[in-house]
Amino acid sequence: MSALLQVRGLSRHYGQRIGCEDVSFDLHPGELLCVVGESGSGKSTLLNTVAAQLAPTAGNVRYRQRDGKWLELGALSEADRRRLAREEWGFVTQNPRDGLRLNVSAGANVAERLMALGMRNYGQLRDIARSWLERVEIDATRIDDAPTGFSGGMQQRLQIARTLVTQPRLVFMDEPTAGLDVSVQARILDLLRRLVNELGLAAVMVTHDLAVARLLAARTMVMQGGRVVETGLTDQILDDPQHPYTQLLVSSVLTT
Amino acid sequence: MSSSQVWSEDSGHDGNVHATRKYAPSPRRGEGWGEGLGWPCPPLHQGTFCSDFTQKHSSSARRPLTPTLSPKGRGSDIPAMNYNFAFLDEDTKRMLRRALLKAVAIPGYQVPFGSREMPLPYGWGTGGIQVTAALLGPDDVLKVIDQGADDTTNAVNIRRFFARVAGVATTEHTADATLIQTRHRIPETSLREDQILVFQVPEPEPLRTLEPREAETRTLHALADYGLMHVKLYEDIAQYGHIATSYDYPVLVDGRFLTSPSPIPKFDNPKMDHSPALMLFGAGREKRLYAIPPYTRVESLAFEDHPFEIQRWEHQCELCGSGESYLDEVVVDDRGTRMFVCSDTDFCGQRRAEAQA
Amino acid sequence: MTTALMLELRDLSKSFELHHQHGARLNVLRGLDLRLHAGECVVLSGPSGAGKSTLLRVIYANYHPTYGAVYVRHGDRWLDLAKATPHEVLDVRRRTLGYVSQFLRVIPRVPTLDIVAEPALQMGVSEQRARQRAADLLRRLNVPERLWPLPPGTFSGGEQQRVNIARGLIVPRPVLLLDEPTASLDADNRAVVAELLAEARATGSAVLGIFHDEDMRDRVATRLFPMQALEAA
Repeated sequence: MSALLQVRGLSRHYGQRIGCEDVSFDLHPGELLCVVGESGSGKSTLLNTVAAQLAPTAGNVRYRQRDGKWLELGALSEADRRRLAREEWGFVTQNPRDGLRLNVSAGANVAERLMALGMRNYGQLRDIARSWLERVEIDATRIDDAPTGFSGGMQQRLQIARTLVTQPRLVFMDEPTAGLDVSVQARILDLLRRLVNELGLAAVMVTHDLAVARLLAARTMVMQGGRVVETGLTDQILDDPQHPYTQLLVSSVLTT
Repeated sequence: MSSSQVWSEDSGHDGNVHATRKYAPSPRRGEGWGEGLGWPCPPLHQGTFCSDFTQKHSSSARRPLTPTLSPKGRGSDIPAMNYNFAFLDEDTKRMLRRALLKAVAIPGYQVPFGSREMPLPYGWGTGGIQVTAALLGPDDVLKVIDQGADDTTNAVNIRRFFARVAGVATTEHTADATLIQTRHRIPETSLREDQILVFQVPEPEPLRTLEPREAETRTLHALADYGLMHVKLYEDIAQYGHIATSYDYPVLVDGRFLTSPSPIPKFDNPKMDHSPALMLFGAGREKRLYAIPPYTRVESLAFEDHPFEIQRWEHQCELCGSGESYLDEVVVDDRGTRMFVCSDTDFCGQRRAEAQA
Repeated sequence: MTTALMLELRDLSKSFELHHQHGARLNVLRGLDLRLHAGECVVLSGPSGAGKSTLLRVIYANYHPTYGAVYVRHGDRWLDLAKATPHEVLDVRRRTLGYVSQFLRVIPRVPTLDIVAEPALQMGVSEQRARQRAADLLRRLNVPERLWPLPPGTFSGGEQQRVNIARGLIVPRPVLLLDEPTASLDADNRAVVAELLAEARATGSAVLGIFHDEDMRDRVATRLFPMQALEAA
């Protein structure tokens, strides 16, 4: 099986300060990779650099398009990057308010990416939006309500619907469940797990929550101070951590 | 550029149409470049510059470029004001013309320009006035309308302004005008190739309400990434059952740039498509110009199952009986009695005159 | 019965280095060799702390071996799981190596039937057949049908364990690792598990397991593999 995404020696510095340093990994189709580490460990910097939202200081990212052609993300024009973000990728932000258009209805939020792809049939857009609201467990009668009136968990589910409606091949997720109640978290995690399986998505997810990694990801990378200190199968890393930092992280988890 | 030369512009869109418009010659530069740029003159020239400038031109132009009297004799008591022809200095006009040429060359593209202070507040047509000032020549006949009417404050003021600072002839008849400045309407009478329509634009960016960042909207234009505009139309249908946007209805110009037609009623949108007249748009506060050249494709956005439609009325104009024009609803007494009349006063008046004849 | 070699451990050692306990080092396995053939059921025996569970986890690649090799026959080739890439390990787990632990790792909100059917779905079995097979297994293991649509989070220990066994056995895998899967089952259900294991062996699966219950051990084991606890070095 050939990779979908190849990251090699990727670094991103902020002046003298290291955001992330010399990160390499492959991501295969249908695979969810978790990046764990504490705040400030460079997870989000890595995610944004891989997703071509930040320019790398060094290294490169290659992505295999739907047509099988490899793209060097650093060499892409802004137009191509946006086309990729629109047609083949999705990005779920930690705060749904950053990823949603709050002043338009839930239906328009879901339909926007379809319209960006050129769909111009209102009836079809409504049908798809309705079915996606149901898929993320939002009552379809709320299709014309603005997301400002939604709870945090509903907003996050709406963001997930808005991102996945175009059936992207690769999704980047930045702490999609942080800042939500535990019960709401569980629902969203289950939803993500189901959708990732159903749609065969590949995803890179940043989280500080090891339980999230265990539930969703077959593979995990542990970051500390901008560097990857350990990488491998999620259960291996959580059950038999090798690096001192990973051991600390694992032993710090509260168990009930 | 000598005064015997005129610069002309091929305003025809295809090979068969080739209309040439004559513009006022640019005044000749003074020998000192500082004068031409409108910068403070060296002390040597001070006090002589203005009269010197006027003399040069009054000798070559058909009319004095600096009006010393307002037209129609009405303002004969007003002293000479020593404004340049059409208020703006020649270099500002040149800057505007360059921006306009660029705008015509890239239909629908918003060209930034150095918008000047004008003797009226933003929102009263400062953009339109600057475009008009840059285009006016002594032979032009100017018509100014506000929401279709020649007799409203904004229209009257701007018309008087140019009569005073440029001494040009003015008219209320669409057919007689060479240049029409308009706020919020396109005349009902079909325009011709030798006419220019200048629109006053409050917000040139059709995406602005959806995307507040200028850098982002510019990028969206550069990439022709216009899915966002349909979000607004989607919202309309979702809320009202049809596309409720009734004015400033977004159009795609020449299949490329998403463009605001200015706040004209969508009733007027079809008039823009393949219009024989050049249409220019000026937004003074936002400092943007754009153009729709003659015979350019102008499509109003829509959904497949919700096509673009213009307003229709069950009424006819109560003054002229027209059933095809854009109607204003006017409340005529305290009991809420209403009547419907043409918004285009000239069109309505002409029809009534014809009916009487 | 075929005697094809399915799994071979060579000179396997495992120690844990605890960086945050002053670098303490726990040696659990040392120089271990084991060969497992198709159709066999080898039961690890030895006292608590002998490293039986650790050994199973090392074989499943849940733990990294400190030294040595874990060769698994994966399709028509041999793979050393100690050196395999994560993607290779995942593929081995999907198709070759099954692992049933004492505890069911509950996924919130997923119904029991779906939990059991999931490995079959991942192998590409149709949804209908996967659910059918899951239902058959749950029925044989005496999990009441009214529980099938519920998530197993609130089930009793024995019920959860049976769900776990069903999930572990729904896909016939060439090598099965069982870590006390019957610890909290009653005699009837242990008998069912023994039957299921016998059926798996009959189709050529090799089984390596830990069974504390002597009755169960005698019933399923074709051979015992004795293990001794290492003194902490």
